[in-house]
Amino acid sequence: MRTFLRGRGNSAVADATFRGLVFLCALSIFGIVVLIAWELISRSQLTLAKFGIGFFFRSAWDPVNNNFGAWPFIYGTLMSSFLALLISVPFALGVAIFLTEMCPKWLRAPLSFLTELLAAIPSVVYGLWAIFVLIPLLRDHVNPMLMFTLGWTGLFTPPNAGYSMLAAGVVLAIMILPIISSLTREVMTSVPMVQREGVLALGATRWEMIRIGVLRNARIGIVGAIILGLGRALGETMAVTMVIGNRPEIVKSLLAPGYTMASVLANEFSEATSDMYLSALIEIGLALFLVTIVVNACARLLVWMVTRGAPARVA
Amino acid sequence: MASQSMRPPLRASRVNVFSRRIKSGLVGGLAVLATIAVIVPLIAILLYLLKQGVTSLNWNFFTKIPVPAGESGGGMENAIVGSGVILALASLIGIPLGIGAGIYLAEYGRDRRMGNIVRFTADVLNGVPSIVMGIAIYALIVLPQKHFSAFAGGVVLGVMMVPTVTRTTEEMLRMVPHAIREAALGLGVPAWRSALTITLRTASAGIVTGCMLAFARVAGETAPLLFTAFGNAFQSTSLNEPIAALPLQIFVYAVSPYDEWHRLAWAGALVLIVLIIASVALVRYVVSRGTLKGAS
Amino acid sequence: MGVGIEVSDLNAWYGTNHTLKDIQLNIPANHATALIGPSGCGKSTFVRCLNRMHETNPIARVTGKVLINDVDIYAEASPVEIRRRVGMVFQRPNPFPTMSIYDNVASGLKLNGFRNRRVLDEVVERSLRQSALWEEVKDELKKKSGASLSGGQQQRLCIARALAVDPEVLLMDEPASALDPVSTAKIEDLIFELKSQYTIVIVTHNMQQAARVAENTGFFLMGKLVEFDSTHKIFTNPSDKRTEDYITGRFG
Repeated sequence: MRTFLRGRGNSAVADATFRGLVFLCALSIFGIVVLIAWELISRSQLTLAKFGIGFFFRSAWDPVNNNFGAWPFIYGTLMSSFLALLISVPFALGVAIFLTEMCPKWLRAPLSFLTELLAAIPSVVYGLWAIFVLIPLLRDHVNPMLMFTLGWTGLFTPPNAGYSMLAAGVVLAIMILPIISSLTREVMTSVPMVQREGVLALGATRWEMIRIGVLRNARIGIVGAIILGLGRALGETMAVTMVIGNRPEIVKSLLAPGYTMASVLANEFSEATSDMYLSALIEIGLALFLVTIVVNACARLLVWMVTRGAPARVA
Repeated sequence: MASQSMRPPLRASRVNVFSRRIKSGLVGGLAVLATIAVIVPLIAILLYLLKQGVTSLNWNFFTKIPVPAGESGGGMENAIVGSGVILALASLIGIPLGIGAGIYLAEYGRDRRMGNIVRFTADVLNGVPSIVMGIAIYALIVLPQKHFSAFAGGVVLGVMMVPTVTRTTEEMLRMVPHAIREAALGLGVPAWRSALTITLRTASAGIVTGCMLAFARVAGETAPLLFTAFGNAFQSTSLNEPIAALPLQIFVYAVSPYDEWHRLAWAGALVLIVLIIASVALVRYVVSRGTLKGAS
Repeated sequence: MGVGIEVSDLNAWYGTNHTLKDIQLNIPANHATALIGPSGCGKSTFVRCLNRMHETNPIARVTGKVLINDVDIYAEASPVEIRRRVGMVFQRPNPFPTMSIYDNVASGLKLNGFRNRRVLDEVVERSLRQSALWEEVKDELKKKSGASLSGGQQQRLCIARALAVDPEVLLMDEPASALDPVSTAKIEDLIFELKSQYTIVIVTHNMQQAARVAENTGFFLMGKLVEFDSTHKIFTNPSDKRTEDYITGRFG
């Protein structure tokens, strides 16, 4: 009996130690985020002090004269991401609808495996493929057609070098599609079967059943999935850098080269000679950090609201 | 009765139904087209990679280091070894931290405020662009040391592994039935030992696959290595010096103007893809067979 | 006005599982017919064959003939049309959570192309009155969501929604089993009121409920229709011994 009780006492200490250890591990996640934020903020003080908030709205980028303005990169990031969403969302929704509501059972596993593969391909491999396959395809076949048919809009005008905002948008679209699609599928399958049956029982066609019984109920989560895709597109670096042309100019034509926040960091970081230069780049990194955190937080919240079973309320 | 006048005549409803069914069929067709439009390019990319990469894969690739541009016979041996070194360090950092945090969330942090905050933060950390991580580690390690290093590369990739490992560990541990935990506690096994040896072991298959997933993900990362590991044209295994890495090398070769280097880039991409696909397939296989093999 | 349902040689499968075997049944118009039987006897499957919901399951199969008002629902019409004319109320209330009460009731009509505001208003009010819900929700029709009502109210909302498209038949699959006794009593009163206008088929595992609301009752056992007769006869003097055993509680 005594030995038994003594054993109990020892275990209390061990239990507390163990719990403390794993708690520290959990805290490390906070620590990492705080550390990143700290480094980014403290190392960008130079340009923060010199340019203030105007840094993000100026268009200069002159390392020689220490004159920095990040607007072209912000524009490039926003434009390429917006293009990516425009192209990707219809396809992602189509795939999600097909896999969830229409696909025969035996086909579902292989097809969803393939879409998962899309997500697993590293950015640099996408970039490699884009340089040697996508860019020539766009430059030689797609862009001339776009210039011919839609050139009047001003969005598709020469010069047509291939390395362009459009190329970046297309590559990004392919890369974010699996995220949007798989999350959309998750929220769609979390809609209970009785909702689908309720719509069918009223005499609805299959599309009407999907529209009213599934998509409508899951719409908040689907928006969350799209925003998550946006978050990924905002921070995507390698593939974009390899195809966007890397020129810090804002041009109306989508066939012209551009520059994104992530790309300028990838290209110029290791060559930043002066402290001011480095500070400017780190400040861009800080902006990217904050934006992606906010976007991802909103997206996760929306998806959580649907899949955790909280019924969608009337707006 | 009111109901008599409200009933839509049969003929009108037939026409209405016909047009609605056409519309439904059209939308269904669009969904099928979208799926084809996605799957076909994917397969095309993979096949193209295979074609371009296979022709350049030879013994030299795996055993030689790069030779100056214009010469042939070079390989990516230093990049493969370098990736190995970095990933080993990354796993050493990321896996223990991640599993520990996962254990905390599953055993002590369920449905509690602290647990939810940690979970949320892990998800948010997952979304931070990898290049921003690279900058932070650059500022943290490279600047004070005044040189690039494999150590910095390992740290940044390890940190990137943590959220993924945490979440998958937590999910797998949650799937272990309470009955098992209670059985252990009922036998007088202390909580910490039960968590470590019994619960963890039961979920081990799932946790291992989660680690593999995180590993595969960071194995392909280039951006954070750009200014931490930096790359190296020569063989190196020292943690204190810049080191080559496979994705980094692929990038440098891809944007170069030399055909020989392009060939090597394709070969490297093929090797990378094969490793990653193998990991994803293995993960799927293990998950589909049931992650709680240990429990049966 | 309801229509009669004639079922002949109905067989149904879930994959290889033969769930309904050679069902022959004539359900009279403008009456309530109850279907009773132990769990898994096929009564829910049977009812789902009447509005072709059974076939929405990819491994489901049906053979035989079902005539509703002399229309062979499997051969002569599409499921979409049939389901408008044969309404269904489910075991668990399933109002559309993203729609208001008004939109819930009107959803079937809108699907079928009725957009006229005046018509919709009239039908919504009529349906809610028919399902005894109007007085409770008339001031909040467009403000409250369908899911914010109590369980019993939600089920009455689902009944109103089914009635709004003016079906000829109303199928009810254990409509009160998820509700409290007070709501159950309200639903039963409702069925009593409605059966003079519609043909009602109600699946229930509650024999007292069958005795209270239905003129005729059918007893299902292991996929077969064992006996079908007036409710009074089934419960006081059944012809088949298996029916008697079930009624007296010897199994099920």
